[in-house]
Amino acid sequence: MLELAWLIPIFPLIAYTLIIFLTKKSKSISVAVALAGIVASLVISIGVLVETIQKGITMAEPFEVAVKWLRLSAIDKYTGLNIDMGILIDPLSAVMMFVVTSIATLVIIYSVGYMHGDPGFSRYFAYMSLFAFSMLLLVIANNFFEMFFGWELVGLCSYLLIGFWFEKPSAAKAANKAFITNRWGDFGFMLGIILLYINFGTFNFGEISRIIGDGASGVGAAILTLISLLIFAGPMAKSAQFPLHVWLPDAMEGPTPVSSILHAATMVAAGVYLLARGFVLFNESTETLLFIAYIGGITAFIAASFALVQRDIKRILAYSTLSQLGYMVMVIGVGSITAGMFHLTTHAFFKCMLFLGAGSVIHAVHTQDIFEMGGLSKKMPITTWTFIIGALALAGIFPLSGFWSKDEILLATHQAGFTGLYWLATLVAGMTAFYMFRLIFIAFFGEKRTDHHAHESSPWMTVPLIILAFFAVFSGWGLVKMGYGSMVFFGHPHHGEINLGIALISTVFALGGIVLAWLIYYRKIVDTDLMKQRFRPIYNLLWNKLYIDEIYEWLFDKVMLGVAWLCNQCDRKVVDGIADGLGDTVRHTGGWMRFMQTGSLQNYALVIFGAIVIIVLLMATPVLGGVIR
Amino acid sequence: MASALLAIIILAPIAGALTILFIPEKEDVIIKSTAAFFTFISLAASVAAYFMYDVAKGGMQLVLEIPWVNEFGIKFSLGVDGISLPLILLTSIVIFTGVFASWDMQHRIKEFFIFLLVLVSGVFGVFASRDLFFFYLFFEVAVIPMYILIGVWGSTRKEYAAMKLTLYLLVGSAFVLIGAIAMFLYGADPVKGLGYRTFDIASLAQVQFDPAFQKFAFFLMMIGFGFLVPMWPLHTWSPDGHVAAPTAVSMLHAGVLMKLGGYGLIRVGLACFPEGAHYWAPLIATLCCVNATYGAFVAMVQKDLKFVIGYSSVSHMGYVLLGISAMNAVGIDGAVAQMFAHGIMTALFFAIVGNIYNKAHTRMIAEFGGLAHQMPRVAYSFLIAGLASLGLPGLYNFVAEFAIFMGAIQVYPVRAFISVFAIVITAIYVLRVMMRVFFGPRNPRWDDLKDARGVEIVPFIILSGTLILFGVFPDLLMNMIDNGVVPLAEKLATFKMGGIF
Amino acid sequence: MITLEYYLILAAALFCIGLFGAVAKKNAVAVLMSIELMLNSVNINLVAFNRFLAPSQLVGHVFAIFVIVVAAAEVAVGLAIVISIYRDRFSTEVDNLDWLKW
Repeated sequence: MLELAWLIPIFPLIAYTLIIFLTKKSKSISVAVALAGIVASLVISIGVLVETIQKGITMAEPFEVAVKWLRLSAIDKYTGLNIDMGILIDPLSAVMMFVVTSIATLVIIYSVGYMHGDPGFSRYFAYMSLFAFSMLLLVIANNFFEMFFGWELVGLCSYLLIGFWFEKPSAAKAANKAFITNRWGDFGFMLGIILLYINFGTFNFGEISRIIGDGASGVGAAILTLISLLIFAGPMAKSAQFPLHVWLPDAMEGPTPVSSILHAATMVAAGVYLLARGFVLFNESTETLLFIAYIGGITAFIAASFALVQRDIKRILAYSTLSQLGYMVMVIGVGSITAGMFHLTTHAFFKCMLFLGAGSVIHAVHTQDIFEMGGLSKKMPITTWTFIIGALALAGIFPLSGFWSKDEILLATHQAGFTGLYWLATLVAGMTAFYMFRLIFIAFFGEKRTDHHAHESSPWMTVPLIILAFFAVFSGWGLVKMGYGSMVFFGHPHHGEINLGIALISTVFALGGIVLAWLIYYRKIVDTDLMKQRFRPIYNLLWNKLYIDEIYEWLFDKVMLGVAWLCNQCDRKVVDGIADGLGDTVRHTGGWMRFMQTGSLQNYALVIFGAIVIIVLLMATPVLGGVIR
Repeated sequence: MASALLAIIILAPIAGALTILFIPEKEDVIIKSTAAFFTFISLAASVAAYFMYDVAKGGMQLVLEIPWVNEFGIKFSLGVDGISLPLILLTSIVIFTGVFASWDMQHRIKEFFIFLLVLVSGVFGVFASRDLFFFYLFFEVAVIPMYILIGVWGSTRKEYAAMKLTLYLLVGSAFVLIGAIAMFLYGADPVKGLGYRTFDIASLAQVQFDPAFQKFAFFLMMIGFGFLVPMWPLHTWSPDGHVAAPTAVSMLHAGVLMKLGGYGLIRVGLACFPEGAHYWAPLIATLCCVNATYGAFVAMVQKDLKFVIGYSSVSHMGYVLLGISAMNAVGIDGAVAQMFAHGIMTALFFAIVGNIYNKAHTRMIAEFGGLAHQMPRVAYSFLIAGLASLGLPGLYNFVAEFAIFMGAIQVYPVRAFISVFAIVITAIYVLRVMMRVFFGPRNPRWDDLKDARGVEIVPFIILSGTLILFGVFPDLLMNMIDNGVVPLAEKLATFKMGGIF
Repeated sequence: MITLEYYLILAAALFCIGLFGAVAKKNAVAVLMSIELMLNSVNINLVAFNRFLAPSQLVGHVFAIFVIVVAAAEVAVGLAIVISIYRDRFSTEVDNLDWLKW
């Protein structure tokens, strides 16, 4: 199976090409093609995962195949450019590929129900296939360049899918915002890998870790810090870390299954995956690690606090995603890729499910405002129960998957000695439980607030939900049993055992959050409107997301466009002005000189005659014996 | 056969022009088909040349040499290497698609195609000439028809733009001419030079010009070719010219004519005056850094679609100069690749805008909106061109830009950093245009606009296909380019950077 | 005895009259006639020089005949132009013939 691994990204690419060029007209064939492509990839990635475990392929001895893609010569002291395209199979990529393909398969099945009747039906599945290709390319990459390649392509897919309903100006705007924000990250990422190549002479993950391991790279610590910080700009944008997080909530303009797979489960986690993949590099610089850890912590906290006050069901989930991504980034910053990747895996399943559940709700009630829902639990039992399972998993309640991975994160943070971050993370766990159950109590329980005709969704949509619920419940415990810590690790294997104290504290916080939500939103012991009034400034700050969007908008409108306007004026007035001025000078001189041309025949004749006389006299000077001198 | 191939490429458009001369004006379909046929001959011959070129052997191949004026050592000598062959390929692709892009031309098409074909044979000639005299001659052949093409068939201030463009290019070529004559005289000097008169570029490159002369001569070349590239602040002719020119001419002009500058700078400037080049390179790097960012900024606030693309060309050609000024193999590889990639991309852009303009009779961004509803194919093509412009992997521009940055950052870290920043600005303006023109609710005003179909989509398919093909398999072209650049880079590597700044 | 100088003075006088006429006359036909005068003064010079400096050869005569032929051709062309201008403008005033100006 390992030899076939290169086919994993290829199948969806073929599906994409087929749909775009051949089957676009027929909806059912397009779906079949997309589904066939992703299922084929899923089968191979399951095979690869099984074989990886059986053959005992480890992080240190991965299976790697590469073909050359580009060769440019090195001359003298200047480096050349050798780029390979290859596949790298180790537990990290094998697990990630399984996560991506399985979720993609489920989401594509779900989308058949969700996108039913949309005019862009085939186009949607084409984009989804393209996304699967790009994401798998990113995951399977054996070097930074190839990863960047996939990285940019998932950015493109994100753009296309957020802007899928391009007739909505808000969607088009959100797509732009996502792409441009990511562009800032890519700017750093690209500079980072260029500097990396110049210093190490390779993009290959294995070779870089070997060079660093030998300690003979001769690359200065300052350069390494610079490189790793620049590369971290990529994950900061893609995994929506503060302060480049602004695009992710807006990205919810896309169809809900898209939000679920791209903007919750897999694509946004690419940043975390990159951090894990290139950890050897980040590990070299304490400054960078510290930076990563605090950025993650800050993101986790502020995103959770924004989620407390949102009304839009998808936005709440989006901020929750931000917050969880902050967790993952933070824990990688404190030095444990095991915990980060573990949480990535479990989070992918339950967050995907939560989004699909939200999609099911939106599909039924045609609104996204949770205060316009209410009482859905009776009408949509499957959706409700899977949603509650997802929320419990997200809140980290024993024994659901989220518990295991969140516990790992808290434990790793605590062990690494980041006490401040540990308490922050624990607090965030409580906040997470609170906002999720606020959502549940408002949207699914209580009385019907508006006149909606909710009904359970079709099996196309509910079956993926149930399968994902299964994963949400068991994936955490299952992965611990499978020995995830001894598969995906950096340096030495990590045997995660439950630290009772930490588990207890986090569970208390989570349960506390749930109970608080129950008291406030179900029993209504306090008037929420009154609280809103009393804490008006804080509420406003959170509701407006610390005004970060406004600040960026101001920066763009005033600074960027101002500079652009200035450049334009300079170009038209100064640069062009000088050029035109030169032209005018010539023209005016000519205009003045033209009066010499009288146009009168006889004037010309006289001048010609005079000229001839002068010439003749000059030529005759020797003959005349120097009479004229 | 092999040696006549380049002559066929150059002469096929001339033959086409002569044939069209005998076709009555009203037979417009026959005229267009004839133009398409003869440009197709050039295209086919270029593709054949691509396959016949032996990369392993390298150097000048497909050589043809006919003595012309023995007294001055002028020879009609043709040949291609890894630098010029991609550009010939580029030219033939752009002109072939350009003929299709001007398929709905109505006014005086006979003269239009005659001038277009004469122009393109001049461009082919520049890329294929190994003789400085013919290099210059073909260059002028390429510039003059441009004046008429823009002045007669253009739009928006066409007389002004035609005049401006021609004057700028002629001033530039005057600088080059002085430099070329100086080189010729130096080369003919029996003591310091070769001792015999020749215009052969390779022979002149053998001469050991003394450093003071190199500084002087390279300066002339830099300014002269800088007008063409265009280098800031000599660039203002290009947006005005692009905007005024008819579609096919814009395509050819932005796609190919600007590349003559970069090509000349590499072929004549770097090869003959390596030391002078190193003296002036930091200045070029600074100016092109301005080009890249400033051009992108200016593009951001333009209201006319063609102006946006015109300024984006200024910005992208800055990268070409950046690659050249890095003076190492990777940078120059990238510069040549970028010339190819940008040529294809910008031709695609102009073909699309021409298509829209023909139907909507306006190019003002503010008047559009939601065009993707009526013209999905055009929207897709624009998206591909836009993504190429902002350097998305999978399209050839990315490979080129990556190589340029890789080369430049080793020499000018700060300036390269600023230039890379331009990719962010590029993303902003490209996506804003995409959003404001193609996205948004359906606008009933444009409901009668037809999507591109039939021959109209030929340019879209060929151009975007080329971008994707070489973007996914860059070695197809990069190998050849690298092969052509390496001898030059080896020669350059012996000198030290420095001088100005 | 009539020496060479007399002929030369005559020719110079004639030339000057012709020159004056050519630059001062208003009528295009008169200008043409003045040019004829100047050409004829040259002819006188040619024949005179031949007679006094190399009487045995006929170079001067031959040259003079050439000049006469050219002058005839020139007048033919000139008058044709004058007539076509007259048809267009109903005037042969050279002062009005300044359309080539700017």
